[in-house]
Amino acid sequence: MSSPIVKLVAQRIALGILLLLAVSVLIFAGTQILPGDVAQAILGQSATPESLANLREQLGLNQPAYIRYFHWLGGVLTGDLGTAMSSGQDIATSIKERLWNTLFLAFWAAIVAIPLAITLGLIAVRYRNGWVDKLISGVALASTSFPEFFIGYLLVFYFAVENQWFPAISTVYEGMPLGERLQAIALPAAALTLVVLAHMMRMTRAAILNVMQSAYVETAELKGLSAFAVIRKHAFPNAIAPIINVVMLNLAYLVVGVVVVEVIFVYPGMGQYLVDHVTKRDVPVVQAVGLIFAAVYISLNIIADIAAIVANPRLRHPK
Amino acid sequence: MADGKAKSGLLLDIRNLRIEATVYPPGEAPKTITLVHDVSLTLEKGKVLGLIGESGAGKSTIGLSSMGYGRGGVRITGGEVILNGRDILKGGKEGFRKLRGREVCYVAQSAAAAFNPAHRLMDQVVEASLLHGTATRAEAEKRAVALFKKLSLPNPEIIGERFPHQVSGGQLQRVMTAMALCSEPDLIVFDEPTTALDVTTQIDVLAAIKDAIRDTHVAALYITHDLAVVAQVSDEIMVLRHGRLVEWGGTRQIIKEPRQEYTNALVSVHEIEHREQQPGTTPMLSVKNVTAAYGGGHVKVLKNVSVDIFPGQTLAVVGESGSGKSTLARAITGLLPPEQGSVVFDGRTLGNKLSDRPKEDLRQLQMIYQMADVAMNPRQTVGTIIGRPLEFYFGMKGRERDKRVNELLDEIEMGKGFIDRYPAELSGGQKQRVCIARSLAAKPKLIICDEVTSALDPLVANGILKLLLNLQQVEKVAYLFITHDLATVKSIADSIAVMYRGEVVRYGSKSKVLTPPFDAYTDLLLSSVPEMEIGWLEKAIAGRRMESAGN
Repeated sequence: MSSPIVKLVAQRIALGILLLLAVSVLIFAGTQILPGDVAQAILGQSATPESLANLREQLGLNQPAYIRYFHWLGGVLTGDLGTAMSSGQDIATSIKERLWNTLFLAFWAAIVAIPLAITLGLIAVRYRNGWVDKLISGVALASTSFPEFFIGYLLVFYFAVENQWFPAISTVYEGMPLGERLQAIALPAAALTLVVLAHMMRMTRAAILNVMQSAYVETAELKGLSAFAVIRKHAFPNAIAPIINVVMLNLAYLVVGVVVVEVIFVYPGMGQYLVDHVTKRDVPVVQAVGLIFAAVYISLNIIADIAAIVANPRLRHPK
Repeated sequence: MADGKAKSGLLLDIRNLRIEATVYPPGEAPKTITLVHDVSLTLEKGKVLGLIGESGAGKSTIGLSSMGYGRGGVRITGGEVILNGRDILKGGKEGFRKLRGREVCYVAQSAAAAFNPAHRLMDQVVEASLLHGTATRAEAEKRAVALFKKLSLPNPEIIGERFPHQVSGGQLQRVMTAMALCSEPDLIVFDEPTTALDVTTQIDVLAAIKDAIRDTHVAALYITHDLAVVAQVSDEIMVLRHGRLVEWGGTRQIIKEPRQEYTNALVSVHEIEHREQQPGTTPMLSVKNVTAAYGGGHVKVLKNVSVDIFPGQTLAVVGESGSGKSTLARAITGLLPPEQGSVVFDGRTLGNKLSDRPKEDLRQLQMIYQMADVAMNPRQTVGTIIGRPLEFYFGMKGRERDKRVNELLDEIEMGKGFIDRYPAELSGGQKQRVCIARSLAAKPKLIICDEVTSALDPLVANGILKLLLNLQQVEKVAYLFITHDLATVKSIADSIAVMYRGEVVRYGSKSKVLTPPFDAYTDLLLSSVPEMEIGWLEKAIAGRRMESAGN
């Protein structure tokens, strides 16, 4: 690997870390603005001024905000996300399994959605402006236009109620065999796939069509390559950067934006966990989940940037 | 089929070819236009046929028809294309794919754009051979390296490992020729393969292509608008205009004894009479020791440049791409403030930055650009475009302005009917005339012409040059004429500055600059300009070898 790439990648990573720190400040500041504090929330109705003061002393809440921020940040960096107020449980422990569940769901949705979207995009370019192209675009757009809860319930109705092929409620537990687990998440994964498909497909189509005007595509056609080989071998590699970008945005959505789908299918993931604790006004949990979502979002975008840099032959092989 | 082959060495026989396209003019119903009207040609094995004509003559369209290919919505609607004894138009899509890259290969005008930036050169060079199964990868690579050697590319063993952006334009053009030759086709279509190159590079590429054609016995269709170039490589030349055949004959006959008036006009295109004016005593504009750089002083593009322009005269600035010609124009107009040095106009020093100059200074210096169509707002009419400087500099309005616009249209030899037209409705030459009128409207003392004829066909370019010379007589305007084309320089300049890598290497009156003894670079530049003479290429190359041997 050559030096310009290393430098660019290092810049992107440094920028990402800086961004994450800024987000952590925002999250912390946001929860400080809210009325009341943890001590009040814990003691509730029975609080006397003395017991409040005692608890604040005990929890370190009477220290200035910036010290508490660094305290919190230090905890986060060492894996201590604090304690949930509502249940008194350690947040890190309860998040661990749920995060894994969410990533598991997102992973399988991505495994289906990304290759499908790109293949459909390639096919749409191959038969551009014909009925195949219009059909693919139409169906994909329609599936994106429906809200995910609608798609979710539609799937439940046909595949769980009418036909009973898949469970309507995606219960998973520790030690569940992979096959059963996959069957349990089939419907939410399908709902997520339908939601993200069109965006990636249409971006793939647009990015490749843009490249199809190039002289090198004509060169490939004049070598006698078949239409699909021209698109796959000559157009696609040059359209990869915008495609990676939109794929990563959608991956981020799969992790961060699954709240509604998880709630519909009662799936024990991060989204469900977040919704539960927002209703309970459990600030430390909301902070922790917010920070994790931000971290996922930022890392995926950094990966997209780095992939786009590495995909550019001019940067990979300088003169 | 077999006896067609056996009868003679005939490779390609195009009969009554008719090519049409559907155009969609704005606000009108789509209509079908005919691009090629019943053109016939034959090409024997191992021979080179030059196709020549202006843009729109149908040369590329005819060339590509030998591969059954139509750009955009172009369709072959009539005639036969008989290649190796069979009509390829009857073969359908599969038939076309089998012959493309195997029997017929294509070399594009801009190799820099025609190579895929994402793949290594070698992968692209051997792709067609592997696709058609004419060679194994090892064989094809061996052949490619041999071709790189033949085309005198540097490091032939490893150049294939490089990506297109790592190789220069002239080298890429040679790699593209190697790519076409690699699958050992019967026919290669060269589509303006040297047009995008500097003259000094063009001559090497031309010689390499010629040698390769001779040694591999491949037949070729050589498409160009430059008769002097095609005369060096072709056995026969076919002159086309508006999709019709004008004249077809041996190379010697076409350039020495053209039978058609149009061919004659092409042959004698560069002969403009212009008497050189002697420099006056006080220059109107002096560029004094200007140094300019891009990227915050990192890339020096002008190094200590000094030139003078005298009232009503033409200074031509010549050089290859990257020599700093256009940067000089940017420094003079204030678009790129010089780091050192100054620009003196009419005895006073002009502000370095554009924003430091009063309106009056802006009016005195006008510019005309290479690409006339992108230099005009496509949503404004010709009247608005030419009228704008009249409003801006002189506050003219209404009828007074329209009267002046019409006068200017007369001056550029375009009738009154053009005032309400949009740029898209004009031809390339007419667009450039409108740009000239727009710059004249400001009544400037100096017009900077940046490659104004480079994008035009030779005959149209000739018309523009004659117009500029006439206007100089009438309006007493001076020109700074930036060009890479030495023939243009000879036609219009009073004095010449030769630039090389940001420096002026030779400067003086036209007769002085073009009279020996030359410095090495000017000599190279002058000897690289193709001349309309059979055998010029060999002489020029031989002259160059002797020189380098002498050095």
